[in-house]
Amino acid sequence: MNAQELLAIADDELILGWRNSEWTGIAPFLEEDVAFSSIAQNEIGHARAIYQIVAAELGTTADELAFDRKPAEYRCSQFVELRVVPDWARTIARQVLYEQADEKRIKALMESEDEQVAGLAAKIDREEAYHRMHAQMWDERLQDEPRYVEALEEMRPLVDRRDGHLPEFEQLWEEMTEVRRSVPGATW
Amino acid sequence: MIYEVFRQERKGQPFTHAGSVEAPNGEYAESYAREQFGRRGESVALWVVPRSAVHEIDEFVDELERNYHRVDGYPLKEKLKEARERAGTAGDR
Repeated sequence: MNAQELLAIADDELILGWRNSEWTGIAPFLEEDVAFSSIAQNEIGHARAIYQIVAAELGTTADELAFDRKPAEYRCSQFVELRVVPDWARTIARQVLYEQADEKRIKALMESEDEQVAGLAAKIDREEAYHRMHAQMWDERLQDEPRYVEALEEMRPLVDRRDGHLPEFEQLWEEMTEVRRSVPGATW
Repeated sequence: MIYEVFRQERKGQPFTHAGSVEAPNGEYAESYAREQFGRRGESVALWVVPRSAVHEIDEFVDELERNYHRVDGYPLKEKLKEARERAGTAGDR
């Protein structure tokens, strides 16, 4: 697994975590709000851990990778860039499809010859087990809901699309990097 | 459905009521209980119980006011004082 491939995974986790955090405070009910926000936080945590490994290899830092690149340099899929709030059916459809695809990727990383990568992947996988449980639970609950079934069909082909970015990615990037750009070099 | 959640802070300690979660079924309840009461290392174990499974008792009949059944009906202070005097240890403390 080379640095660019790892970056794609970290970027996916960062951007999906960001998108999912847009539900904080407005999820369908309180318990789900807490759970979904916590999943979003975990995803950003996974991104950070992967950025740290890549940063050591590239001679940079996790924050620089996360926030100092130009939008065109991010390697995330268009799938995670989609802004789905306030559509819960599409949100869950994306989450279910993402968790399925991510599971394969993480399991492959666990077999990596790089011990640091394999070790991190094993840790991530233990957390992802709960994300998968959460996604599966919603999948079962919504499986007969036409809006959900449509969303799954609509989104399935997009899962690994990485040819350029969606127009809405630019705005996400603006928001995500705003603080960092306003006070270059600040730490906290 | 409402589920009551009890948490154990350390192994061997009693479970105490942590709060409740609303969830459509036990599976969701488990997931939500984990997120709300278990993800910050504040618990080593949780009990997640449908509220309907909890038998609440909130009526305690004591028509004859038998205060000897109650802690406050059995003051020890005087008895301790007497015992200490008998033993000759009064005033030691």
